[in-house]
Amino acid sequence: MVGRALNTLKVVIIGAGPAGVRAAQTLVAAGVRPTVIDEGRRAGGQIYRRQPDNFTRSPETLYGTEASRAQGIHDTFDGLVDQIDYLPETLVWNISDGRVFAVSEKRETTIEYDALIICSGATDRLMPVKGWDMAGVYSLGGSQVALKSQAVSIGQRVIFMGTGPLLYLVASQYLKAGAGVVAVLDTSSFIKRVVAAPKLMSAPDALINGLKFTLALKAAGVPVLTGIRPLEITGDADSGVSGLIFETGAGERHEIKGDAVAMGYHLRPETQLADLTRCEFAFDEKSHLWYPKVDEDGRATTANVYLAGDGARILGARAAEVSGKLTALACLKDAGVSVSDNEIMALRQDMAGWKRFAAGLREAFPWPAEQAAKLPDETVVCRCEAITAGELRRTVNAMGAKEANRAKAFSRVGMGRCQGRYCALAGAEIIAAAAGIPVSEAGRLRGQAPVKPLPICIEDDEAAAAISTVRELTK
Amino acid sequence: MAPRFYRLAETGRKVVNLTLDGQPVAALEGDTLMVALLSAHGHLRRSEFGDGPRAGFCLMGACQDCWVWTEDGERLRSCSTAVSDGLNIRTNPPEVSWSDVL
Amino acid sequence: MSQSVNNQSDVIIIGGGLMGASAAFFLRQRNRSVTLLETGLIGQQASGVNFGNVRRQGRPLFQLPLAGRASPIWRNMNALLGEDVEYIQSGHMRVCYRERAELADSFETYAREARQYGLDLEILSGNALRQKFPFLGPDVYAGSYSATDGHANPRLAAPAFGRAAARLGGNICENTEVVRAEKDGVDFRVTAKDGRVFKAPVLLVTAGAWANALSEQFGEPVPLTPRGPNMSVTEPVPYTLMPTVGVSTPLEIETVYFRQIPRGNIIIGGSTRAASYPDIRRAYVKPENTLTQLREIRRLVPALGRLNIIRTWSGIEGYMPDSLPAMGPSGTTSGLYYAFGFSGSGFQVGPAVGDVMAELIDEGATTTPIEMYDIRRLKPVVV
Ligand SMILES: Cc1cc2nc3c(=O)[nH]c(=O)nc-3n(C[C@H](O)[C@H](O)[C@H](O)COP(=O)(O)OP(=O)(O)OC[C@H]3O[C@@H](n4cnc5c(N)ncnc54)[C@H](O)[C@@H]3O)c2cc1C
Ligand SMILES: Cc1cc2nc3c(=O)[nH]c(=O)nc-3n(C[C@H](O)[C@H](O)[C@H](O)COP(=O)(O)OP(=O)(O)OC[C@H]3O[C@@H](n4cnc5c(N)ncnc54)[C@H](O)[C@@H]3O)c2cc1C
Ligand code: FES
Repeated sequence: MVGRALNTLKVVIIGAGPAGVRAAQTLVAAGVRPTVIDEGRRAGGQIYRRQPDNFTRSPETLYGTEASRAQGIHDTFDGLVDQIDYLPETLVWNISDGRVFAVSEKRETTIEYDALIICSGATDRLMPVKGWDMAGVYSLGGSQVALKSQAVSIGQRVIFMGTGPLLYLVASQYLKAGAGVVAVLDTSSFIKRVVAAPKLMSAPDALINGLKFTLALKAAGVPVLTGIRPLEITGDADSGVSGLIFETGAGERHEIKGDAVAMGYHLRPETQLADLTRCEFAFDEKSHLWYPKVDEDGRATTANVYLAGDGARILGARAAEVSGKLTALACLKDAGVSVSDNEIMALRQDMAGWKRFAAGLREAFPWPAEQAAKLPDETVVCRCEAITAGELRRTVNAMGAKEANRAKAFSRVGMGRCQGRYCALAGAEIIAAAAGIPVSEAGRLRGQAPVKPLPICIEDDEAAAAISTVRELTK
Repeated sequence: MAPRFYRLAETGRKVVNLTLDGQPVAALEGDTLMVALLSAHGHLRRSEFGDGPRAGFCLMGACQDCWVWTEDGERLRSCSTAVSDGLNIRTNPPEVSWSDVL
Repeated sequence: MSQSVNNQSDVIIIGGGLMGASAAFFLRQRNRSVTLLETGLIGQQASGVNFGNVRRQGRPLFQLPLAGRASPIWRNMNALLGEDVEYIQSGHMRVCYRERAELADSFETYAREARQYGLDLEILSGNALRQKFPFLGPDVYAGSYSATDGHANPRLAAPAFGRAAARLGGNICENTEVVRAEKDGVDFRVTAKDGRVFKAPVLLVTAGAWANALSEQFGEPVPLTPRGPNMSVTEPVPYTLMPTVGVSTPLEIETVYFRQIPRGNIIIGGSTRAASYPDIRRAYVKPENTLTQLREIRRLVPALGRLNIIRTWSGIEGYMPDSLPAMGPSGTTSGLYYAFGFSGSGFQVGPAVGDVMAELIDEGATTTPIEMYDIRRLKPVVV
């Protein structure tokens, strides 16, 4: 890559969220014309997801306190469109030998790269609960998408359950939009928040916003309970959710009624693409997540691969912007461009602040790993394949599978359409608990292409040519 | 069956007509197929493994729980497909086996 | 130490794929004490990730006795092992395309000759073919149908043999990589990477694509090429495609085959095989091979074009220049036996390989012809 003329340097950015947009902007400013690929119809990524063209709600309605940031990202991206090669509605489904394999409208596009910047973001992190496979249960992020990009609520009386800042944010967004919010049930205890407060102070405005959401919910009479443990989402197979049974911190059992549940336990990184480039991963004890290894500036262990945003570390949208910029600078530096060391130092310092804040969030809203061992055997763990905790435990106890990939081979947990996105982390906790080993030893599911379902009818000129060449040769 | 999703705003859009299991459904332009279907109906499909109806989960193209069938045996991921006039959707695989139609 | 008790046995087996695990099981049935040494976990390599085809047809005629010996084992496997390995006798269909109509004649010839080995095949073309298999594409010209072939779940079969062998008292050592094997007087002395030593008068090498590193230590290097066939699987759809179907063609890029499992997923294999990496124990799917495979599966079953694949994978299989395994006694060392190099078609014969090797080791001879797999036929590649 070193010594290449910048206008011939082929940099591919996957993801047009805050990280990808800032990375693209930084490269363009240096004279590179990157290719930006995003699966979404419009750029913006997860938090700054845009509504369809014919919707009329104002940015303030959509993004609240983050409206100007959202606008900033959207305007920046719109201003870049002529200086980049932008491929919207295009899914990267595999990466191999310096090429990105992407599909759009059932057509293959294969793109070579000198450097690859992956900004693939995050999805909700889930812990199963009995009944979560019923119609009417949605991920917290999903319930937000319903509101943000489609102006609908997932039910008339929505129960919000889980933990993390998104829990309060989405519940208050629902409230504000006029949806029925039955309760907010947080598995983490309030005291954890108090203890984490000093770290959370590294982003005081975010902390204050969080408090405001809780106050608004309480002011509206929405019960907000902390330190709970969900026991079962109730309902019946045909009509779906009818309520939730949970236990309070004091051990009392309660049942509340509702026609929808939005649940989530903060976020998990989307790392399949990094995995396909054969990056090394390391287990993070604090969050119980496997992260691809990166250096301070986002370089992965695979040459010419860079990772930014929540896909590299769950640090939030504002950190994603910083890391997008930082990673692009690292990429430029590796290509032999002289970049300002002061700028790099300043960005690294910003990142350190966000890391501290994220550590605070992690402590205030911990992943309830201990729930995994308590899930009743009949709880579905893998929604795709409808495999229960009991079946997974059986592969550990009766078949000796003490590792995630082995347990997947025997039980099918992680083998479904979602590629383990929603079951793998809880699955590993269940395996570890059943085997009596630390969860790090249960390992992580290896990524397998395609990153998302790939249509068999995919058209590819190269594949067609390869086949007909062989046929011609043998005639 | 009661609808699952409720519209909170943006209701002044143009109507788009589709069919779900033979019944007419009036959607709005700009709806995803999922929102269109669940604003009229309680679920999208049935789990292949017998544990009841499903109505999607993530709305962001990650969980793959929201795939529906078209009348002519195609598969659509409803949360990331925009509605269009005349779509003919089924919550169950088509009666003529999907594999019979060449 | 308990190790000194455990490290001596009648037979040591190196390699816990289907070959090694089933050999361990059948040796235990014959009351021989067995130590099975496996680098990773039982059935994690080729045996655990293959396509799962349990077909006899299409194999060289001289292999049909071995394949025929496997059939009843597959049919009775759940009872034999006490676990479900998801074997179903779904039927297997081998087809050729119109542009290679001459293959239909070879199907006829093969069917005639295979009958002597107890394999009944039905040749179908024209309306009969369309009626029985309406989902096949218009390019399909003729087919050879074997009602008694089927498929099974490779993720379950070898581990089930391993567990059954352990229940019968076999000493199954996972996470045990053998680095050295030598003959030391009457016993073989087998050393693991962590220094443990195992001894037995009989040694069976079933180390798949890795076997050369062991056979070499006995002066019998083999030209084994590691390759990785491509696999894909679809989302679950209603179970309508009963038989396994595979295309017969001389062009690797054109080969394609599929099977549907009762849960609904359709497993697809075929097209150009990629390199694979025994040293790191991994095989990667090349996306371009997935793309040619998907193109070819549409040609075979156009309706599959409506579905999506949700996962791809590959595995490490050792190929011999003549596509036949090394199976039988060593040419240099008494008490040493081999069963490896199954070249992409070892799953179906696997249980019979274990059975035959157990018989050979236990009785000194086998009733199933295996001379054609003698390791002495192979000349190492000159690098
Ligand atoms: C559902 C959800 C809701 C959230 N809501 C909030 C919120 O309200 N407030 C808040 O502060 N934080 C929120 N977060 C966290 C916030 O989204 C992230 O911190 C921020 O968006 C991270 O930015 P990013 O650029 O790393 O990733 P993202 O913004 O997630 O962008 C990633 C982009 O990559 C694309 N992509 C991923 N994989 C592929 C592929 N294989 N091929 C093509 N394109 C691909 C995606 O389409 C997406 O546009 C939310 C997260 C989620 C998951
Ligand atoms: C993708 C794929 C698809 C296939 N499809 C089919 C099919 O449909 N039908 C069919 O009949 N066949 C098929 N095959 C072939 C079939 O899987 C193999 O022939 C068969 O599984 C080989 O079994 P094995 O026990 O010899 O090898 P393996 O299963 O590879 O086992 C060898 C074992 O030896 C171990 N080992 C190696 N060296 C050492 C050492 N030094 N110390 C300890 N242990 C060691 C390895 O770790 C490994 O577990 C396919 C193969 C692949 C890869
Ligand atoms: S709802 Fe998850 S992919 Fe559509």
